[in-house]
Amino acid sequence: MTDLSSRDLMGDRKVVVDAFARRHRFKWYEAIPWLVAIACYFLFENYHALGAQIFATILFALSLDLLIGFAGIVTLGHAAFFGVGAYAAGVMAANGWQEPFSEILVAAIVASGVGFVSGLIVLRTAGLTLLMQTLVVAALLQELANKWSSVTGGSDGLLGMKIDPIFGAFRFDLFGDTAYVYCLGVLFIGWLLARNIVYSSFGRSLTGIRENANRMHAIGAPVDRRKIIIYTISAALAGVSGALIAQTTALVGLNTLALSKSGELIIMLVIGGIGRLYGGFIGVPLYMIAQDRFSQIDPIYWYFWIGLFMILVVVFARGGVLGVFERFNQRRRSR
Amino acid sequence: MSAPALETKFLVKRFGALVVSNDINFTLERGARHALIGPNGAGKTSFVNLVTGVLTPSSGEICLAGETITDLSREQRVKRGLVRTFQISALFKRLTVLENVTLAIAEREGAANDLLRPAGHHRAIIEEAYDLLVPLGLANEALRPVTELAYGRQRMIEIAMALALKPKVLLLDEPAAGVPPRETGAIIDTIERLPADIAVLFIEHDMELVFRVAQRITVLVQGGVLVEGTPAQIADDPKVRQVYLGESKH
Repeated sequence: MTDLSSRDLMGDRKVVVDAFARRHRFKWYEAIPWLVAIACYFLFENYHALGAQIFATILFALSLDLLIGFAGIVTLGHAAFFGVGAYAAGVMAANGWQEPFSEILVAAIVASGVGFVSGLIVLRTAGLTLLMQTLVVAALLQELANKWSSVTGGSDGLLGMKIDPIFGAFRFDLFGDTAYVYCLGVLFIGWLLARNIVYSSFGRSLTGIRENANRMHAIGAPVDRRKIIIYTISAALAGVSGALIAQTTALVGLNTLALSKSGELIIMLVIGGIGRLYGGFIGVPLYMIAQDRFSQIDPIYWYFWIGLFMILVVVFARGGVLGVFERFNQRRRSR
Repeated sequence: MSAPALETKFLVKRFGALVVSNDINFTLERGARHALIGPNGAGKTSFVNLVTGVLTPSSGEICLAGETITDLSREQRVKRGLVRTFQISALFKRLTVLENVTLAIAEREGAANDLLRPAGHHRAIIEEAYDLLVPLGLANEALRPVTELAYGRQRMIEIAMALALKPKVLLLDEPAAGVPPRETGAIIDTIERLPADIAVLFIEHDMELVFRVAQRITVLVQGGVLVEGTPAQIADDPKVRQVYLGESKH
């Protein structure tokens, strides 16, 4: 170090600082999911309804990745916010308020409110206790939806939803053409927001909390406050995802709040790769398309195949599909 | 007025019947180089944990520059300039060296509350972090993950992160622990070169480091202060020889 002239040092400094300061810039491969989504619209005309479901679920997975992957907050009750958002939009639509975007906004606000309040309580804990508490929050909300049948439709689900055409022009059709574009658009906005957060100083501090919360305390970070903020934001995104599903399927049931909903989402994220922002973009389509196919080929035992796939991922592909890509890339570079 | 940088008054911590800190009255003068030594289990780390707010004292008072901080959170104490390092390197191991230091500066500057702008736009913070690494000889490894560095180098990052917070009082918990002998020299140099206006309290077993750097030494035994004095006084104290130096291999 000392034998370097100060000029060389300045050169070094600029290179290093630039490399570090440019990490948030868009890379070419980040365009792939969007190009694929647009191509699929034209290639698979009979699957637009499934596509819309996939996009909405990717947004759900993205919101979970912010918690598990970036902030290290492990939850088994993320469906709570999905379900609250779905019911918020659904109840509005079934009671005469039919404009889709305002429904999404309300769903986000209600879900983030539930996220904030429950976060104040559950985020005091960590590990297994946190896991149980998030599960309990979702279970409580599910029971509330079950008992409050005058509003939610109880175990029959919420029926009779009507949604206005988007911008007053594009009607939600039976084939899901509108839904496909609508969900893709909302996912894009949600992705931009999530990406921005991940690369912000706030997002970096979340990574610090995930890696070593004690150290974050020691450098003066308000760890608990940061966790509550990201929990609230994540809840809002999950709520939007729920609203999309409600609007595009015109049905909200108790299953939107179920433990299996939260669990499936984790599986999808693990398959794709946690903590990489794009895990959901890979894991969700894989899972949902496999589900769609397997359930036609083998309607009774298709969960077996999903389970087998899951085991293979955990044993042979730590970090999911994206983890495999990363290792492949590193090996190629080091050669 | 110039109150001492750090002061504890009748500080007590009990876990049930176990007393880990017993009426500790301790004063760290401004700009001091003060060592806290004692056999294993003497309560040295507990003392640091009490002072930094990781543990809540059973009774007693802690003052920073004359102000009581006993009821403040860990974060609030850091914001007031009370900063520590850890006995076992507790860094963000999978993140790069530069990122570790950048995280600390971003907290100090409050930039870490910024949700919307990319971290890279806070360029001054990154530059400051880099400039901090240069005198510590870590600049060439700025973009490597911490895990890839030798343990002695990781200890230097500990110090870099503490300095990044612009401390008034710096608590170094065994800065040379676990470092191979050939690397301790660099750590001693670094501690000797710390800015003179920072009051430094360090816990250490390495007597070479203690006697080279410390101007005052406090000996802690079974949670209480046994004796305090200059290095020469401590070295000659028969009580210290008996309980501590006598049984030490250092």
